Amino acid sequence: MSNGILVFIEHRSGVLNKTSLEALAGAQALAGQLQQEITAVVVGSDVSGLAQEIAGYDLAKVLTASNPKLADYTPDGYTDAMEHVIKQLDPQLVLMPHTYLVRDFAPKLAARFGKSLISDCIRAGVAEGSITFTRRIFLGKLDADVVSDGESPVFATFQSGAYRPDQAAKGDGAAVEEMAVEVREIRMTPEAPFQEVKQAVDLSKADIIVAVGRGIKSKDNLALAEKLAEVLGADLAASRPICDAEWLPIDRQIGSSGQTVAPKLYVALGISGAIQHLVGMKNSGTIVAINKDPEAPIFDIADYGIVGDLFEAVPVLTEEIKKIKGLN
Amino acid sequence: MKIIVLMKQVANKDAILRINKEATWIEEADLSFEVSESDGYALEEALRVKEKVGGEVVVCSMGPQRVKSVIKDALARGADRAIHVVGDNLGHLSPYATASALADAIRDEKPDLVFTGLQSDDFGYGQTGVILAELMGLPHATIAIEVDATGEKLRVKRELESGWYQWYSMPTPALLTIQSGISQIRYATLKGIMAAKKKEVKEVTPAAEIGGRPSHQRIAKVYLPQKSKQTQLLGNGDAKAGAAELAQKLHTEARVF
Repeated sequence: MSNGILVFIEHRSGVLNKTSLEALAGAQALAGQLQQEITAVVVGSDVSGLAQEIAGYDLAKVLTASNPKLADYTPDGYTDAMEHVIKQLDPQLVLMPHTYLVRDFAPKLAARFGKSLISDCIRAGVAEGSITFTRRIFLGKLDADVVSDGESPVFATFQSGAYRPDQAAKGDGAAVEEMAVEVREIRMTPEAPFQEVKQAVDLSKADIIVAVGRGIKSKDNLALAEKLAEVLGADLAASRPICDAEWLPIDRQIGSSGQTVAPKLYVALGISGAIQHLVGMKNSGTIVAINKDPEAPIFDIADYGIVGDLFEAVPVLTEEIKKIKGLN
Repeated sequence: MKIIVLMKQVANKDAILRINKEATWIEEADLSFEVSESDGYALEEALRVKEKVGGEVVVCSMGPQRVKSVIKDALARGADRAIHVVGDNLGHLSPYATASALADAIRDEKPDLVFTGLQSDDFGYGQTGVILAELMGLPHATIAIEVDATGEKLRVKRELESGWYQWYSMPTPALLTIQSGISQIRYATLKGIMAAKKKEVKEVTPAAEIGGRPSHQRIAKVYLPQKSKQTQLLGNGDAKAGAAELAQKLHTEARVF
């Protein structure tokens, strides 16, 4: 009979990816309700240091799935390792953070068991012994409650921000066990990770950010946002489509593939608020959204919103701020 | 080099979504549709690889007859022919079942490369491509932002988080999921649109057992997201009045300048 919750702990060269602690916090919340024990698994070749660190959290056991072929991440290697662990442990539930690395191998892992993942969940709850997961669909416009049929193992991933890393409760020291895992042929060869250019702009230090999205419509219209940024003393930033179109350089991109920021004021102009953008700015102090679509997800996290044409609103906003600041 | 590009038709980004009576999905009746954004980039990348190394680009889309518009558009942009996996109720298949149907449809083509977008704009599972790679026994890489198919091995630049990247190399055949923004998408030319009319579109039907496969997950309820913040909506439809009010509130209430 399947039992227990297995949590995947992600790292790069032994350095923890903190999103893993969010998945652990989610596992702890479910473990209480399901009365199940938690095992954390760290995949790698020399990860005992990280395993010790994780053993300080409230869980039953930390497993190191080790094999020399697992020194660098590859989807082939990690899938084999996790398949081995899951077959040994027979857990009811396998929880992972919905990171780029997990997205790369976890569907392959689930497929080994003839299944899909319940991916990118924003919360999970237990009612009458069965788990309901909630996922965002249609780029954040709607939520869907997803019920698993319970056939183990159930694979689920949590979106960054679903739980807070500091919610992961500490414990009295869990046992650490090493499991030598089988890894078959690894077909892909990774090179060293790198950053494209030294980030010329560090937006994480900005006090005020004016960010533009698809709603700005053309590169010429950026001047509107630049003027607003100038009177506010703000840095200019953008959502992904703007940088994809090369209207602004990529070092001004906010979101999961760009920078994460938390200024005291974030003004989102024509940004709908796809989750990939929201994760990069949702901890900002005051959030302003100007968008013509009243259903845009950005309004879910905005303190102030204007539903309307940004080309009407922004010049007025700029002028009014100038007046208040006495800049006229 | 034969490249198969998987393209999904999804609800238009700007469409107003109405939840159905049962609150289990959206009303699709009057909806306008378009290709899922990253799938458009997958096609563009396939066309660019073909331009460099030669070969054939085959587009594959699954769904009811309406997905023909995605196929026609891809053929007009330069794809050579198409495979349409036809069925009316395929939208709610699990990623595993979807990948199984796609694998059946393209396996005999023996492609050198299979490209998909990194995730769809409707369900957003982000799994179908990777599961398909597993089912077809192919090595894969996700979130590809640059592809070099000119060498003996395929070289792929993957996007990691927080501005990091990593190159992976692997033998072909292989499957890649393509990130939006990998290149600028071309428009269909008039000549392309005319030429598309003569290109082959093969229809295939998924095996009956695909629909009967347990999906292990079921959408119980669809609803508008709960707001995490009380948003003050300003201007009441008058954007200019809202902007003036906003300036005051940012100054006196939020005190951010």
